[in-house]
Amino acid sequence: MMTSWFKSGAPWIWLNAAAVSTCLIMVVGVLGLVAVRGVGHFWPHQVTRFSYQEEGKQPRTIIGEKVDTSITPAAMAKATGFKMADDEETLVQYLIKTGNRDVTGADFLWIQARNVKEHSDPVNMMVVERREWGNFYGQLLEVKEGGKMIASGDQAWPVLQAKITDALGVYKEIAHLEKKEIGAINYALERLRLKQRKLELQNRLDDAAKQQIAEEKAGFEVEYKQYQTQLADLYQKMRRNSMVAKTESGSTLEIPLTKVVRAFQPNAMSLSDKLIHYGAKVWEFLTDDPREANTEGGIFPAIFGTVMMVMLMSVFVTPFGVIAAVYLREYAKQGFTTRLIRIAVNNLAGVPSVVYGVFGLGFFVYILGGNIDRLFFPESAPAPVYGTPGLLWASITLALLTLPVVIVSTEEGLARIPSSIREGSLALGATKLETLWLTVLPMASPAMMTGLILAVARAAGEVAPLMLVGVVKLAPALPLDGNFPFLHLDRKFMHLGFHIYDVGFQSPNVEAARPLVYATALLLVLVIVGLNLAAILIRNNLREKYRALEG
Amino acid sequence: MSEINKQTKYSSAINQTSGGVHERWRLIKDIMARYGVIAGGLGVIFAIVLIFFYLLYVVYPLFIPATAESISRYAVPEQALGKTVLLAVEEQNEVAVRFTDTGQVSFFAAATGKIILTEAVKIPEGSHIVSFAQGSPNNEGAVIYGLSDGKAVIVKHQYKITYPGNVRLITPSLAYPMGEAPLVIDESGAPLEKIAVKIGDDASTIVAKSAGKIRLSHIEKEKSLFADEAALTRTDSVLDYSAADVTGLLIDKDEHNLYLLSDAGRLGLVDIADKSAPVLIQEQNVVDAGQKITSVAFLNGDLSLMIGDSSGLVTQWSKVRDKLNRFSMQKIRSFKVSDTAVISINPEQRRKGFMTLDADGTLGIYHSTSEREMIKEHVANLHPVAAAISPRANVVLIQSDDGKLSFWKVDNEHPEVSLRSLWQEVWYESYPKPDYIWQSSSANSDFEPKYSLTPLVFGTLKAAFYAMLVAMPLALMGAIYTAYFMTSRMRQYVKPTIELMGALPTVILGFLAGLWLAPIIEEYLAGLFALFMLVPVAVMLFAFAWQYLPKAILQKIPEGWEAAILIPVILLSSWFAFSVSVPFEAMVFHGTLRDWFKTEWGIGYDQRNALVVGIAMGFAVIPSIFSIAEDAIFSVPKHLTVGSLALGATPWQTMIKVVLLTASPGIFSAVMIGLGRAVGETMIVLMATGNTPVMDLSVFQGLRTLAANIAVEMPESEVDSTHYRVLFLAALVLFMFTFVFNTLAEIIRQRLREKYSSL
Repeated sequence: MMTSWFKSGAPWIWLNAAAVSTCLIMVVGVLGLVAVRGVGHFWPHQVTRFSYQEEGKQPRTIIGEKVDTSITPAAMAKATGFKMADDEETLVQYLIKTGNRDVTGADFLWIQARNVKEHSDPVNMMVVERREWGNFYGQLLEVKEGGKMIASGDQAWPVLQAKITDALGVYKEIAHLEKKEIGAINYALERLRLKQRKLELQNRLDDAAKQQIAEEKAGFEVEYKQYQTQLADLYQKMRRNSMVAKTESGSTLEIPLTKVVRAFQPNAMSLSDKLIHYGAKVWEFLTDDPREANTEGGIFPAIFGTVMMVMLMSVFVTPFGVIAAVYLREYAKQGFTTRLIRIAVNNLAGVPSVVYGVFGLGFFVYILGGNIDRLFFPESAPAPVYGTPGLLWASITLALLTLPVVIVSTEEGLARIPSSIREGSLALGATKLETLWLTVLPMASPAMMTGLILAVARAAGEVAPLMLVGVVKLAPALPLDGNFPFLHLDRKFMHLGFHIYDVGFQSPNVEAARPLVYATALLLVLVIVGLNLAAILIRNNLREKYRALEG
Repeated sequence: MSEINKQTKYSSAINQTSGGVHERWRLIKDIMARYGVIAGGLGVIFAIVLIFFYLLYVVYPLFIPATAESISRYAVPEQALGKTVLLAVEEQNEVAVRFTDTGQVSFFAAATGKIILTEAVKIPEGSHIVSFAQGSPNNEGAVIYGLSDGKAVIVKHQYKITYPGNVRLITPSLAYPMGEAPLVIDESGAPLEKIAVKIGDDASTIVAKSAGKIRLSHIEKEKSLFADEAALTRTDSVLDYSAADVTGLLIDKDEHNLYLLSDAGRLGLVDIADKSAPVLIQEQNVVDAGQKITSVAFLNGDLSLMIGDSSGLVTQWSKVRDKLNRFSMQKIRSFKVSDTAVISINPEQRRKGFMTLDADGTLGIYHSTSEREMIKEHVANLHPVAAAISPRANVVLIQSDDGKLSFWKVDNEHPEVSLRSLWQEVWYESYPKPDYIWQSSSANSDFEPKYSLTPLVFGTLKAAFYAMLVAMPLALMGAIYTAYFMTSRMRQYVKPTIELMGALPTVILGFLAGLWLAPIIEEYLAGLFALFMLVPVAVMLFAFAWQYLPKAILQKIPEGWEAAILIPVILLSSWFAFSVSVPFEAMVFHGTLRDWFKTEWGIGYDQRNALVVGIAMGFAVIPSIFSIAEDAIFSVPKHLTVGSLALGATPWQTMIKVVLLTASPGIFSAVMIGLGRAVGETMIVLMATGNTPVMDLSVFQGLRTLAANIAVEMPESEVDSTHYRVLFLAALVLFMFTFVFNTLAEIIRQRLREKYSSL
């Protein structure tokens, strides 16, 4: 029975099937893991108050969110050094996010379930998201204005919300002034300095020029003074308000409202409140700048940098890839050269991405960039302009990296166009170029689109080469802004993939940053899966269309 | 022109019509486009060739030999002042200095010999100079003169750089770091026949030979809080050593070891850590019988001695710690420099290189750890007298017997790298034995960088091996099933899903591997092993049971959906494996499997190890292998399989005997491409291993790959430094690895395509 079953080969087929199932489980599992962890981060969790007493110690109160639960069998727990009673089969531990890093020194705490005497979710538990020191957990006591108490007890909460809204408005104004207006002045002053240096180098810095520069400088300085006074006013307005809150140990803490991003009472929120909160948090995540060494706040600069980089890259990679594909399909005789090119394309696809990074750094940045600096920007020496990693070099490097994707995909599209169409066009008297331009390429454009989408998906997820040619953990300015020449190709930028690596592995407070990394990873996965699905759809569509044409 | 398509059947009808300007313009555009497209197509080849040659161009200087060229030759300035005991050149290579045996010091322009300053060392009346020694080149130019009355004078040559009118001006001068009054070394007033000194920030040690005894004086500065003047405490001792034939004295930088040398080739090592009670540790012969020691010098860092003998051999001796933690002097390596005596050895001041001069006037520049002979050049026809190498090791000054000085420029950028030091075991100073070490930087300034690519290549191959171990069975078996047994409806979804797996950014896989998978595996190690064993068994059992299902049910489920049916089976059995493993572990291994490995087998466990990398990178490699292998199997011509089935073979027999055989080149190329990807993968390894460059086969240990190493170190390496070029070399090695794999794979695939189309 058994032997004949084995002889039939059925068990091997089942085993092979199991391999496919395993792969599918792995893919779905990874996507699911990222999705679940990423989505959960923004949901307002219950804040629980535990009365906790360890053996032989005073009871104490712990306030925080339960983040994780670990269940260890008794034997293992004993081996790691926990005292276990005979009737205990498992050791249950909770990871509590207690926040209040400024008070306790740590954000997280492991507690043992057996030592929790009682726990409750009081309605008035407040979570304060701050610009420094992470979250605060505790109870609101009163709100102060200019050092004087203006509300306490039950009235304090609505007053606090109103004051926070005010403070956020002022904060926005300050940010606008500092970043936009004063940033623009600084930028203009720097350009003025470079202009002066350039004239000096060309020996054309005469008195007239000097005077003109001095006048312009004075103009900017007046403007700057104006903004400074405005800023001082705003700062003063903002510093006036503060709140007083009680921590879990019963001590009170005064938190200035300048440092507060938002305050909420998760235990008192209804489902719709929570949904609104969730939406606001997601919006903040997508549109705000990062806070606290990238571990809090948003990832807007990273999204923006990634998008800018792939857009620039598309500009470089599309024409080159399409031309190469057209050559392979339409012009070259299939033979030694095309074989060579195909080998080259395959090698370009197979060369480790980090090697592109090395090449980009050495060739593009130091050789090309260094020479550009010497020829066109002598005035800014010794500070490099293009001779340092930046957006332009990153996109060119990635264009080289994704070239094979575009070539292969476009070539496939060209191959699917029936030759009758070309013959028809040529027979009507069109030149080869006209045939290509007017019939073949438009028909193949969905294939090029597919290639481009795949290239963008690849570039968006690539990190290793970017680490060498222009990505930084925190870019002071976006590569696109309101200062001439608006698009700053020489600037360094932030990138989603690198953000994951940096926050997940280089951050001082990995535990606190982890949910944010999952959220970032989810965003990146969504973008990449979306792009890939789009590419697959377009490709399938195209195949159907040409099958009809052939028929 | 052969590559231009000559398919005349497609040539346009316009070629036959002759037309006006417009027509001609169209033709010109057509031709221009043709050449443009050809250029674009060939550009792809250009790109790959450019990458290769650029990498090569950066790496190449590592392996070119150094060059030396004679710049000028002039008579020794102020030759009448006495015989040269020391030549030196300052940092900028502008000013050189000559110390004479009469205590005269003359500073002169290094390139021309023009005298800048001549000054006599202050020697008290009634005594004269009998011995001389240099502190060490790094020791801020301190030298010592031993006098006939048992006293010694320490002098320092120093240089001040100023920029009057934006022009660099170097002003040399002499200084007396221990005061102008001579130090009394031998109270009895016997002449100091041999002398050595080491000047430190807080303490200085002087060792001298007088009246057949070795005397040691140690002077320590103790700065008190209130007084400006530092109080000096002095410790003196006399060595219990028959010093009659001692001709060389050397003190190391830490002032902990004293080396005594005799012409006959005896080397004595004395521990002087306790200055009041020096202890002789070891004494041995360091040259072959019949040869004499003709020169000796410390290598930079004062950890090893370079000893030159009369047969032209230079040997490196270093203190090596044995298994019992005892130190002894051992010969580390030797250089055959010449056939005549080595008359001087000058160490480089920043690297582990040294310069030798033999009695014939041949100059040699060597690097100790890379064992490279950088330069061998005949520089003087007459017997050379003295030589100096500049602090940056780019200028050499040689005085020969005929009273001439030669000024040579040396271009020797990367002596520390050789094929040997990159790929073979190298015996570094203060290591007990030769080893493969990658350690490119450290906080310490006289640290020697160690560039062995072997541990990195080892790590790369180890990671790739474990990844392939995970990926190959899953991907190939999956490909076989998907291409041949799966229903086309399921295949339509499965293929894109697995290809999507390949599109997942590796940074996400690395992040999950490092922060999610690694802790899980650490906790449930036994569960993971149980998973590997239980899941196949469970699948087999299920498959066996499946055929006994009632016919009515079996008929309702069409063939080719096995993979879907198995998903719950696999999930359940994995859950079972994990839940069973914990009590099992506790029962059999009395704790965790991890601890058991540690205590029973001595196998340590890193949280981020090769196992984690294998699984994570396996995940990343599966799609590449799967997709190509699946294509190869799927496009096996149908008439082959149909024929086989018609002859009575079972589907499995057809698969093994017909399909796999035909598709085997394709499968091989799939594996090659997968391997190429595993070798070059960066982010997963960077995040899922500890990045420790160790050579350990254990699956529970970390590793460092070439790619991860580049990503970690490239941003902080200085442009055009040796480190930078070695990293480029690592990139070149990676490039070549993958180039071979990919080219092989592509050629095989092209062949296969031709074969299929002819079948």
